[in-house]
Amino acid sequence: MSKPAQKWAVQTRTTASTVFAVIAVLAVVAAFAAPFFVSRSVIQDLFFILTMLVLAQNWNLLAGFAGLVSVGQQAFVGAGAYAMFALVILAGFDPIMALPVAGIFAALLAVPTAFFVFRLDGAYFAIGTWVIAEVFRLVFAQWKVLGGGTGTSLPRGTTHEMVGVPLVKELFDVKSSAAADIVTYWLALGLALATVGFIYWLLRSKRGIGLASVRDNLQAARSVGVDASRLKMIVYVATAFGTGMLGALVYVQTARISPDAAFSVTDWTAYVIFIVVIGGIGTLEGPFIGILVFFILQNLFADYGSWYLLILGLIGIVVMLFAPRGLWGLFTGKTGIQLFPIRRRLIGGQLTTSSREDTHG
Amino acid sequence: MIWVDTIVQGILLGGLYALFAAGLSLVFGIMRLVNLAHGDLIVLGAFLILTLVTALGLNPLLAALVAIPLMFVLGWGLQLVVLNRTLGDDILPPLLVTFGLSIVIQNGLLQGFSADSQRISAGALETASIALGPISVGVMPLLTFLSAVAVIVGLNQLFYRTALGRAFRATSDDPVTAGLMGIEPNRIFAMATGIAFVVVTIAALYLGTRANFDPTIGPARLIYAFEAVIIGGLGSLWGTLAGGVIIGVAQTLGAAINPEWQILAGHVAFLVVLAFRPRGLFAKGG
Amino acid sequence: MAFLETRALTAFYGDFQALFGVDIALEAGETIAIIGANGAGKTTLLRSITGILTNEPGQVVFEGAAIGAARPPDILAHGIAMVPEGRRLFPSLTVEENLLIGNYGRKVAGIWSLDSIYALFPVLKERRHSPATALSGGQQQMVAIGRALMSNPRVLLCDEISLGLAPVVIRDIYAAFPRIQQSGASIVVVEQDIGQALKVANRVYCMMEGRVTLSGTPADLSREAIHNAYFGTA
Repeated sequence: MSKPAQKWAVQTRTTASTVFAVIAVLAVVAAFAAPFFVSRSVIQDLFFILTMLVLAQNWNLLAGFAGLVSVGQQAFVGAGAYAMFALVILAGFDPIMALPVAGIFAALLAVPTAFFVFRLDGAYFAIGTWVIAEVFRLVFAQWKVLGGGTGTSLPRGTTHEMVGVPLVKELFDVKSSAAADIVTYWLALGLALATVGFIYWLLRSKRGIGLASVRDNLQAARSVGVDASRLKMIVYVATAFGTGMLGALVYVQTARISPDAAFSVTDWTAYVIFIVVIGGIGTLEGPFIGILVFFILQNLFADYGSWYLLILGLIGIVVMLFAPRGLWGLFTGKTGIQLFPIRRRLIGGQLTTSSREDTHG
Repeated sequence: MIWVDTIVQGILLGGLYALFAAGLSLVFGIMRLVNLAHGDLIVLGAFLILTLVTALGLNPLLAALVAIPLMFVLGWGLQLVVLNRTLGDDILPPLLVTFGLSIVIQNGLLQGFSADSQRISAGALETASIALGPISVGVMPLLTFLSAVAVIVGLNQLFYRTALGRAFRATSDDPVTAGLMGIEPNRIFAMATGIAFVVVTIAALYLGTRANFDPTIGPARLIYAFEAVIIGGLGSLWGTLAGGVIIGVAQTLGAAINPEWQILAGHVAFLVVLAFRPRGLFAKGG
Repeated sequence: MAFLETRALTAFYGDFQALFGVDIALEAGETIAIIGANGAGKTTLLRSITGILTNEPGQVVFEGAAIGAARPPDILAHGIAMVPEGRRLFPSLTVEENLLIGNYGRKVAGIWSLDSIYALFPVLKERRHSPATALSGGQQQMVAIGRALMSNPRVLLCDEISLGLAPVVIRDIYAAFPRIQQSGASIVVVEQDIGQALKVANRVYCMMEGRVTLSGTPADLSREAIHNAYFGTA
């Protein structure tokens, strides 16, 4: 110790998190470079993983940090996706340019939605969000120009002419459809980074102290409600934006939409809930772990159809009953390791008054 | 006259929704537990009755009478072994466990019975109708509505006229003090869920005999039940019946205008009530 | 061996220790009073006996049976009933329903029934169909006592029944005690009203900071000794 400075300081960084930060940067660089090294099917798998990660992080922010247990996030996936289709088909937008607009559209819809669902307490909020998602599904099914109940496809070739696709096509010397996959993959990666970055920033900001206290003392803070309504409204609208943009991106990649698929509770909410619960609700790391488990289970059991979902449901129940903080909670409980340190620790200083010589030493 | 007929059909349909809702309301009233698998449990009950009808050749009503004790034990055990563990100040565990249960039941039924539509045959009753003044009313819808009224009268009697009902209300008020009276809250909760499953089985009988059903229709039933409870106001079973009727009438009126609007019209009615009377129309102490 | 005793009873709320080895003995047919300031551990003592707080089995002994780890319904089944602090009536239940639920877990024939409780507190019969929480504080306390009596208890635990009531109302309520004592029940009264406690009890325990600091018959205890045991020696 060359400088025995004993000032009080609030620190959130830990050794593990510093090591992790270095690894994370390398991983992100590798992920951006992935299209240079891996096959198209791997890119499609990675795209799927990233989209589920974005949904999981958003739902985790809602339920795990803000106590808003929604089972209706498919409302914003579908709304974003339909907004993108409308912009492309009716207004001639480039699909990629339509993405942020779709996110804004979903966020705008979240405001009147909140007016209704925020009137319902705790547990009833959950079913309320489900009702709203059903209303969205039924209303969008009435939009005849976009195919009504049966849905529609993006005009042929639309995704082949998207911003960046011709460039990627030339750069990688691949077909347009493969180039479109690479572009949507990069966008998903960017969206995932932005989402994790935003949540990390939010949780470390002053506002986040309120939310973090929700996380650190689950029961107390959730029942007391730290500056509840305003904070919850911000989180609700922000996650609607992220979820809506993600929905639009997913449907740029699939290029075909129908109300039942776009507003599916299984695809956009049930899977997501299991990912977060199994990984560890109320932690930034949990969804990453959950997604790995989910992806492995899916590759092992997806052919078994309903058995797969049945097993996933059972695992979710068992985790919630016996390890409510999920796999990451078990790990961090044993090791104390945090990769995204959001807990503030007071370091340095002394309980007795420190002398001036020390401070200026 | 066609409008009167539509409204009467809607009122009778409301009886079915009140049956869906009564069990949900009972469980929430006593232990503040929102069971997201409620709709799937109704569907499970319908498949149980269907199995008894086809395997044993029972008449549906008799099959329901056999199913009732089975479902009671299932509900009682589920509460005692699983759901009691989730109760507490934190709303996450009960919601996520019952959501998981919903997925498990749906996919278990898909595995066991496939996604095909099923129907419990009620024989000649299905098409029978009687004239009520100028309009003709189906016997099955009428039976459904009368059953809903009977269930609500029965539950109210249980609640306000029996020692068990007193124990339900006392436990709901203050489980710690109820313990001092010799009441075991966990057993009371198990009993309440068992009774809710009896109501679920009655609802399942009418769900299965009035229309086609398949393993995936549970969540929609949960939603109708929930809407009826919220419209009626928490804690009032007659309010729940009124809520069911409002959803039912909104749906038949919506369908009369445009068949695609049936379900949407019910949801809109719910949202209107939520906007103007968020505590419901008949909330106690409101 | 006494009828009901606590042996070196300890109690904790999380890390906070509320009782430090409390020994209390209640003989059959006797009334004892536990007095002490706020936070002395009186209510904690009753919560331990009734099983709301659980202990080592041998820390509470009733007729030779170790009941320290038993839960509230089992304690009631043994015949130990409680009038909780703040009355804790069930707001969803009427006066009569509150009384009726008192014997939910212990139905034994005895002196106490709806009729004899209405005879003890006639005003309750007039208000029998009112919601219990619509009554005055004193009447609510009568309901709480009646509710506990419905199980025909062998031991009646009364926690701060005079709290927040006017002196004249307190007198009315304590006027019922001789009848309860005649019924054969042993009584533990926790009181901050020392005068009332000394009047009703055969013996008195004084508690301070989780310990028994003084005990004896009311006649034996001087005002000064009680004052010291209550507030600590100055």
